[in-house]
Amino acid sequence: MFDPETAAIRFGTGLSPQIAPPQSVTAMLDGLKGPDAMAARIPIAPFSERLDSFPAYNELSKARTVARKAGDSAAERAARDAQRKYRRALGVERLQDMNAALARAAETPDGLRERLVWFWADHFTAIGRNPPAETALSGYVEEAIRPHVTGNFAQLLRAVELHPIMLTYLDQHVSVGPNSRAAQKAKRGLNENLARELLELHTVGVDGSYTQSDVRELARLLTGAGFSPRQGGFRYRENIAEPGEKRVLGASYGSEAPNETEMLRFLDDVAVHPDTARHIARKLVVHFVSDRPDPDHVAHVAAAFAESGGELMPTYAALLEHPAAWAHPDTKVKPPADFVASSLRALGLGHDALRGLKPNRVRLLIAAPLAAMRQPWRTPAGPDGWPEEAEEWITPQGLAGRLQWAMTVPQVLMRELPEPLAFAEAALGRRLTPEIAFAAQNAETRWEAVGLVLASPAFQRR
Amino acid sequence: MSLLTRRNFLLRAGALGCSAAASPLMTPVTFASAPWDNRLIVIILRGGMDGLDVVRPYGDPEFAGLRAGLSPVAETGPQDLDGFYALHPALSGLRPMWQAGQLSFAHAVSTPYRDKRSHFDGQDMLEAGGATVPGATTQRSGWLNRLLLQAPGHDVRTAFAVGREDLTILAGAAEVSNWAPDTRLVMSAQAKRLLELVTHDDPLFADNAAEALELAAAIDPEAEAPEDFGDMLQDMTEGMAESRKGKGHVKLAEFTASQLRQETRIAAFSLNNWDTHRNQARTIRRSLSQLQEVLLTLQQELGPVWEKTAVLAMTEFGRTARANGTGGTDHGTGGLMLMAGGAVRGGKVHGKWPGLAAADLYKERDLMPTEDVRTYAAMAIQGLFGTERSVLEGTVFPGLDMGARPQVIL
Repeated sequence: MFDPETAAIRFGTGLSPQIAPPQSVTAMLDGLKGPDAMAARIPIAPFSERLDSFPAYNELSKARTVARKAGDSAAERAARDAQRKYRRALGVERLQDMNAALARAAETPDGLRERLVWFWADHFTAIGRNPPAETALSGYVEEAIRPHVTGNFAQLLRAVELHPIMLTYLDQHVSVGPNSRAAQKAKRGLNENLARELLELHTVGVDGSYTQSDVRELARLLTGAGFSPRQGGFRYRENIAEPGEKRVLGASYGSEAPNETEMLRFLDDVAVHPDTARHIARKLVVHFVSDRPDPDHVAHVAAAFAESGGELMPTYAALLEHPAAWAHPDTKVKPPADFVASSLRALGLGHDALRGLKPNRVRLLIAAPLAAMRQPWRTPAGPDGWPEEAEEWITPQGLAGRLQWAMTVPQVLMRELPEPLAFAEAALGRRLTPEIAFAAQNAETRWEAVGLVLASPAFQRR
Repeated sequence: MSLLTRRNFLLRAGALGCSAAASPLMTPVTFASAPWDNRLIVIILRGGMDGLDVVRPYGDPEFAGLRAGLSPVAETGPQDLDGFYALHPALSGLRPMWQAGQLSFAHAVSTPYRDKRSHFDGQDMLEAGGATVPGATTQRSGWLNRLLLQAPGHDVRTAFAVGREDLTILAGAAEVSNWAPDTRLVMSAQAKRLLELVTHDDPLFADNAAEALELAAAIDPEAEAPEDFGDMLQDMTEGMAESRKGKGHVKLAEFTASQLRQETRIAAFSLNNWDTHRNQARTIRRSLSQLQEVLLTLQQELGPVWEKTAVLAMTEFGRTARANGTGGTDHGTGGLMLMAGGAVRGGKVHGKWPGLAAADLYKERDLMPTEDVRTYAAMAIQGLFGTERSVLEGTVFPGLDMGARPQVIL
């Protein structure tokens, strides 16, 4: 059975003393259908506004190389300092974007939207390979993912797979068709990286019905997808594209004159593949409800995805309307970023508290603690993103990071901490246990009391 | 003495070779009678290390053609190992180890994982040690954990998973320690009691909170409970500052060594960034330098204990025999395992070389795996700890047939 607190905690970013939880599944879905208020209120620059940073950084690197080769040590030093300064500025931008994302989660009346953005950003994990790309990651999420989380999966897939950030992360932009014009001039060829992860992680899943031959053929099909920061971002390069037919997942693509349309046709097809429906459905249920998902719940969501042709709103409706969405006990553990965001929310902190912080302060209070909890902001180890299992997060070292943060950072961010028992009630609602209430009242200091409430399993699970 | 310098001093004090037990600086931890005297370290190399680039079979006539532009092969000079294989130059710092008979390799090895070439399934299988990819619903059980269950009188400190991530290879029924080098945690006595109260009914939280507090105290015994908020904040600030300094991989090695000098007998951690699809000449050099630094740090910091130690570095799969079109290699099958340590029978590249002609490759693409990489791990365990073959083949690595393999441990 639906209840507002579970809606806010399991499908949102937690309870807040100021913001009412959703009152029904319909209200949750209506929130998603409505305008994206948080994006307007707390802006994050889209990727398209960050394109200049790529050539700018390249110029600085080149200047340094030129000075070194010329043996001009003073010029080399100057170039190095300029590059460092630029890198630092990019680093600061990254911290601001992180703060903005956390603040949106902390302040939103529409928590499901933020959760979906984070879910899809993780599903389509991309990691910056150089300072401008690292910084532009937030822009990738903002323009390729966020606007599409309530649309059709095929649209989302097109936006993500052909995005410069994904193309460069998984080496697609340098992959060259062996029979392309470019390959005839210089010895270059295919790179399978994106093709494999597109099938294994993004669509049909590792248990899906694909083979090495599909990976290879898809790698051929994807040649031509490139990135040009000076020409607006994505750029189709016919000269590196592989001509001829490609057979992927039993269907035929491509023609003698290679073109972008064939790639898009494949993305539209794979978006509605039955294996994709199952893979996406399972990931949604695992992420929101249980590490050991109810097969009936997964089947229900997969059916909605398949029947609607990959429409995401009916898919979420199926996720939320199934009884298991509400009947399941709180077994998931909030990943560190969700833990931090929901803690800020429970404390009534948001954009105002974070935006005034100096960069070093943000590193100390947010970025470094997230790394200590094992979730450095948007930099998982590989394209499979963050783990889901509670056991992966709650290790001695991971829990130590959470405890330390919970006991210290709220006090630093707030001049006066809330009265502990009232705080426990606001943060936990019906999940407040007598033990937590006792701890809140019997800790020797207020910062320990607040820390214990946040450190309690009742707060960290959902 | 500040927390920072004291901690460094503690780590270093042991490194100078004085035994931890004798050092007056060490805590009076009780040294439980450890089950074994030898030490085993397993390093998981995540991303699929290109074995053909690391130990280069330049003696194979096909090699030069497959790797044109990627792995130069005219290296019968200082990189030569045995007249057939040559070592990647980024590992040249390991040459003394090789010459001292403390470094060996097994080539053309793999787990039983085939065909889908997924990092994540490949790593799951490597760490689970079985013959099938473990399903998401089954209980995680790593082969080092199952080995631990065989150890007489093992306790929570016998095995250590080092680093921030949770390692499947050590997950399972036997209790192990988990800690990251820069983690610290101090709490007042009352806060600890209340934490116990609020976590009491949730075993995952209760057990890990207890373990965190115990480890933090054991590793930094002089850290005092915070008397006020300033202390607490200072402790966090210093911990964060520490974690931003220095090289993470070296810290992993230093921390691992510091535990192995005490009662720990088995440790595992991972090194990432082996997925060299592009610009491999540059990217693998960085990863290999880290691996080399880790091995040299372990050797140095373990002191006399190095003589009783075997380090196994293993990866989920090798890479394509042929260079791809972007100066790198794609996911493959047969790969390379590294063994180092004073306990290792070194100076040899083990394995049955399959050849690199098109017909000799796996699916005309990858180095053909001719042996199960688990066999070498099993041989190392047998040599180090005297574990019965039946246990190795039935419990630690279910379904493995060790056959008649050469000894890898002295």
